[in-house]
Parts: sequence; structure tokens; C-alpha cells
Amino acid sequence: MHELPVTESILEIALRHAAKAQAKRITHLYLVIGQLASIVDDSVQFYWDIISKDTIAEGAVLHFKRLPATFACLDCQHQFSPDGSDFACPACKSERVKVVSGDQFYMEAIDIEN
Amino acid sequence: MAKTIPLVEKILGANERMATENRALFDAAGVKAFNLMASPGAGKTSLIELTVKSLLPMRRVSVIDGDIETSIDAERAEAAGAVAIQINTGGECHLDAFMVNTALKQLALTNLDLLIVENVGNLVCPASFQLGTHKSVLIASTPEGDDKPYKYPTMYRGVEALVINKIDLLPYVSFDMQHFRKGVEILNPGLVTFPLSCKTGEGLESWIDWIIQITKE
Repeated sequence: MHELPVTESILEIALRHAAKAQAKRITHLYLVIGQLASIVDDSVQFYWDIISKDTIAEGAVLHFKRLPATFACLDCQHQFSPDGSDFACPACKSERVKVVSGDQFYMEAIDIEN
Repeated sequence: MAKTIPLVEKILGANERMATENRALFDAAGVKAFNLMASPGAGKTSLIELTVKSLLPMRRVSVIDGDIETSIDAERAEAAGAVAIQINTGGECHLDAFMVNTALKQLALTNLDLLIVENVGNLVCPASFQLGTHKSVLIASTPEGDDKPYKYPTMYRGVEALVINKIDLLPYVSFDMQHFRKGVEILNPGLVTFPLSCKTGEGLESWIDWIIQITKE
């Protein structure tokens, strides 16, 4: 449960960029979260409602773009998202696979009103 | 007027900048720092005790202990001979670079060779917060089960070394070393791994040699 400091960072980044653009209100935030980033949307939303209160971001809608983890098979080159209890390639059953992506965790954009 | 501001900014960027500052402090003082992470009960404090005892008096060691409450772990590290600083996170489930920075102010870094940071026992949150240490080390232990790399991939991906503790219990617990290592190899190819037992001392020597090697660099 590290979503409180994470949500505080989200608010800080949004307020900083909004101030630079002299915004009166922040209406939407767009977050990108990879499957391997261990962030729970509901917890972020829970903390967001509390900590954005009385800021220009109060009531802003959080959008979570979830990116699946991508693994690549070193034997047949098949790319897949792992699910279940092992990481084996679903195409050829090889266990020689590597992680391509899934660690992303950033803010993509915010919508503001001047 | 409504408009969209495009930006690509890492959510934990502020923590990462502080981690970079911590690293600069370590390097300026010539200290090598380790971030020890594990689930509760894997043996972080036991490994620290043994490591401190093996390294003294060859190396000057300090320990920063992160815990939600109590100073039991720091007291154990002190009893083993290290200068220990306790950070009580007050409910927070991990250490971050800011907490470590505050603790560093209480240490005379230039008098040290090695700093061990004992993170809060947890396989999820500490993985997301860099501290500025040179090496992140994960301690797994055999009673936890061989499925942990598959269930906590972020943690296994972010470390530079892996200790597999409690190998003396292998005959009694269901832990398929091959299945475990297969998952680790996919997430973190070529990861340096130390199977050992803090109880019997088996395997401890390679771990200590590795630490000595790094503090020489």
C-alpha cells in the first residue's frame, strides 16, 4: 500500500504543470501504468478524493491507461502477456522468455481550464 | 478555455532525484550502500547481524533500519557491533529516498565503508522507491514458497543480487529450486544469487566475499 505517496506525487506534478499554464482548474489527469508497476487504481482514487480537496484539482477525473506486461519468447519470438502461475510461452511452451515492457508509470497529460 | 497539457513525467521522479542526491553523498564519502529488501521473516535482520559480525573490524559498517514501529531491529544491529539508526515510518510500508536522506544526516559517512539499509518487510512497495544505494538486494527464504518470482515480478526485476535464505529447511518445505530459479532468470537474467542459511552458516562465505569485493571497488 504505497499509493498515498504515489497519489501525493500525482497531485504535485499536476499542480506544478497547471500553475505553469496559469490554469484555474484541472479537470482530467491521464496516467499510464504498466502491469508490472504494482499500483492499485482504487487506492489511488481513494487518496485522490481526499488530498485533492480544496485544490484546483478537486473533482478532477483520473484516467488510468493500463498497459499489459509484454514478454517475448527467445525460441519462437512470439510476444505475449503472461497470466497465471508461470511465464512460459503460450505458443511453443518454451521457458526461455524475456521481459520486454510493463514497468511504465508516468503522467501522460492533464486537461485544464484557464 | 479548456485545453490539454501533454507531458510525460515519471510519477516517482521526485523520489528518484532525491535518490540521486543520496548516491552523490555516498560516493563523496566513499561508502558503498546496500538496500536490503524481503518479506517479513525472511531473515533480513539475521543476515545483517551475521554480515556485521563477519566484516568487523575489517570494515566500518552502519545500518539504517526501517520499520513501521519499534527499534528491535536497530538494537540487534547495534548488539552485533554496527552503528544503527532507526527510521520509524509511522505506518508507511516502505522507505523512500527522503527518509533515508534524513537518516544520513545522523551518520558520519566519511567514517564508514559500508552502509546497509534494512527496508520495511514487504515484497511490493519497496520495489518502487529507489533509495540511491549502490546495490539492491532481495532476500527470499525457502518457506515462502517457490512461486514468489511469479507473484512479485517487480521486486525480482529491480534487484542486483538475490539471497536465498533458510536452505537448511529445504528438506522440510515445498520449494522447487529449479522452478524458483527459472522465474528469477526470466525476470532478471544472470542475477547474482547466494543460497545460504543464517542458521547453519552454510553458503555465508560467498555472500561475505561479494560484499568485501564491492566495498573494495
